[in-house]
Amino acid sequence: MNAAIATDSLQPDGAWTPSKGVVGMTCLIIAESAIFTIFVVAYLFYLGKSLNGPTPQQVLELPILNSICLLSSSVTITLAVRSLRNGDTKRFSVWWLITIALGAYFLFGTGREWQHLIYDKGLTIQTNLFGTTFYSLVGLHASHVVVGLVALLIVMGFAIGGFVKQEHAERAHVLSLYWHFVDVVWIVVFTVVYIIGR
Amino acid sequence: MNGTANTSELSGAMPSRSILASDKNVLDHIHAWLVTVDHKKLGLMYLIYGLFFFVVAGIEAALIRIQLAVPNNHFLTPQVFNQLFTMHGTTMVFLVGMPLIFGFGNYLVPLMIGARDLAFPRLNAFGFWLSAFGGLLLYFSFIGGEGMAGAGSAPDVGWFAYAPLTAKAFSKGHSTDYWILGILVGGFGSVATAANLIATILSLRCRGMTLTKMPLLVWLNLIMCGMVLVTITPLTAAQIMLLLDRFVGSHFFDTQAGGSATLWMHFFWIFGHPEVYILVIPAFAIASEVIPVFSRKAIFGYPAMVGATIAIAFVSMTVWAHHMFTIGMTSTGNTFFVISTMTVSVPTGIKIFNWLGTMWGGKIRFETPMLFSIAFVFHLLFMGLTGIMLSAAPFNWQLNASYFVVAHFHYVLVGAIVFMIFAGVYYWFPKATGRLLNPRLGKWHFWLFLIGFHMTFDTMHIPGVLGMPRRIYTYEAGRGWGILNLICTLGAAVQAVAVLIFVWNILISLRKGQRAGADPWDAWTLEWSTSSPPPEYNFAEIPTVKSRRPLWDIKHPTDPDWKYE
Repeated sequence: MNAAIATDSLQPDGAWTPSKGVVGMTCLIIAESAIFTIFVVAYLFYLGKSLNGPTPQQVLELPILNSICLLSSSVTITLAVRSLRNGDTKRFSVWWLITIALGAYFLFGTGREWQHLIYDKGLTIQTNLFGTTFYSLVGLHASHVVVGLVALLIVMGFAIGGFVKQEHAERAHVLSLYWHFVDVVWIVVFTVVYIIGR
Repeated sequence: MNGTANTSELSGAMPSRSILASDKNVLDHIHAWLVTVDHKKLGLMYLIYGLFFFVVAGIEAALIRIQLAVPNNHFLTPQVFNQLFTMHGTTMVFLVGMPLIFGFGNYLVPLMIGARDLAFPRLNAFGFWLSAFGGLLLYFSFIGGEGMAGAGSAPDVGWFAYAPLTAKAFSKGHSTDYWILGILVGGFGSVATAANLIATILSLRCRGMTLTKMPLLVWLNLIMCGMVLVTITPLTAAQIMLLLDRFVGSHFFDTQAGGSATLWMHFFWIFGHPEVYILVIPAFAIASEVIPVFSRKAIFGYPAMVGATIAIAFVSMTVWAHHMFTIGMTSTGNTFFVISTMTVSVPTGIKIFNWLGTMWGGKIRFETPMLFSIAFVFHLLFMGLTGIMLSAAPFNWQLNASYFVVAHFHYVLVGAIVFMIFAGVYYWFPKATGRLLNPRLGKWHFWLFLIGFHMTFDTMHIPGVLGMPRRIYTYEAGRGWGILNLICTLGAAVQAVAVLIFVWNILISLRKGQRAGADPWDAWTLEWSTSSPPPEYNFAEIPTVKSRRPLWDIKHPTDPDWKYE
């Protein structure tokens, strides 16, 4: 079943074919980028068009620690994949676990931010256009973090069971591409929501 | 021989080799189809699914035409009429067009590039079942949906579902939600299958098949799938926003709270216009395979064909607001979308000339697939001409949302896409089933469908020019539209007869059609090098190719193509 581990390969006649896993994940990332683009466009289009408060300037605070955690998880997952490529499964598990912890902290931070906004500042998705676009854009990103975390946790489960081996490095690499994508989207969301929009 | 034919009769399924050879019972066969990850079976299921809904949406169109045949008709209520045109449009685009193009892509791409399956066979099955579920969900609305007209109401907001009509206040009940969710789920399936086909084409080509040696069908499917990735997803995003509006009270398209109905139009048409090209590029792909084989010449201008298709793909993503000239854009906006829309005609014109160049001086064989292809080239030209007319903003202000527009886009969707779907079915049916479709019935099908098509859609331009708006449920006598609408309806009846002949032809040819052999058309691409139907593993030995026409090289060892390419 798993005989066909996709790797970049040279055909006998010297033609180079890309790994199908990388191509498939790249396609997913392109498609997801288009979805995020539409949400970002909606956010920017409705910026300052809310008929009533609160406004971003009044309620938003920069989620600095959160962002540092999420962005550094891109580094740790790269280290994890590199360890696996070298056959060091123990080190892989440690870096992978740190990645999960950083991602989970990001989600926790987003949850705390939302709780603050909803209960202390009275901003819900129904309040105004800012609430509508803010919760949907940040929520769309957070839902991608959730999906990524679920995938990471499944791999972690396999790793604890001792099933993740060096030959799975390519698959871990493909998954890490998705995680990098989630991080890059956060840079865009951060810029749009917390810098341009505030 | 007799025994095997009887087995396929009893099972009632498409006779694939594995079915003919086995002695399992019917439930086992059904189970085998339900759990299959084989690209050929999934491709056939896509095609059957698409053809089934083609008949369903055709019946809806027939009901619409009966209602409009004479003035002041009360055959349908206005409520039912609204549901029918919504479901007709939605079905034809999402449950007929998309499954059919993916059916051809699924079945043919691995065979044409010398691969044994798609890159991700299970993802392929997942994509199909998502699409199938989306279709069933949409049609369940006829039973489970609730709308303005009470229970059992299908969506009635039009296939582009403009805001604010789709807001909770104006679309009560859940009929609109069936539209959103059915299409949303099907969209996920489309993206999955598109990614799968791209990975297949980029990673699984056989030895020697460089990108420039791929059959044009594969090239065009690659480009189409790239478009699916970036143009289906904006609709997905907009539908998520609409769901949020309807279920949790957000205000994306809620004008009362400062939201914008125009934004939905932009988001929808950013999807909606490239979608037309997503559907028509596979039609181009089929034409680019059929026309050379039946002209007995290699395709004229292969690099120009690829380049023109890529150009169409890019330009088609910049033209969406030509659907929106009447909402009042700035003159800069109008000018931009007029120019970009007119620009599309340049690469399309290149393609038409290439097909004509292929036929020019060829030894043309007028088999059924070729007849459909020749008609397609002329229809493409004609709809291009009305397209140029509509792309001029002042002309568009006059005729937007009239029957002229309806006639124009049916020329594309029927005259180009449906005609090439028929050509493709006649061309590859022998590969998939081992039997040829009956050519006599095929000619009846072609000529009746051609006559019916022109009766309906040539005539339909005129009531549009005379001011008949689309989507009206009936009209007064004395407007001068009556006789024209009657001709349209009669043409629809002729088309219906032609489609019945087509369905009949499929049913009898499955059992009694002439045996095809591996290569009935004396063609040149790899799918004809394997048996008909192909074995589950496609190729006993993965082929090696040296030119764009590997079978020509085999058949003409003294004069192979690779010497000239």
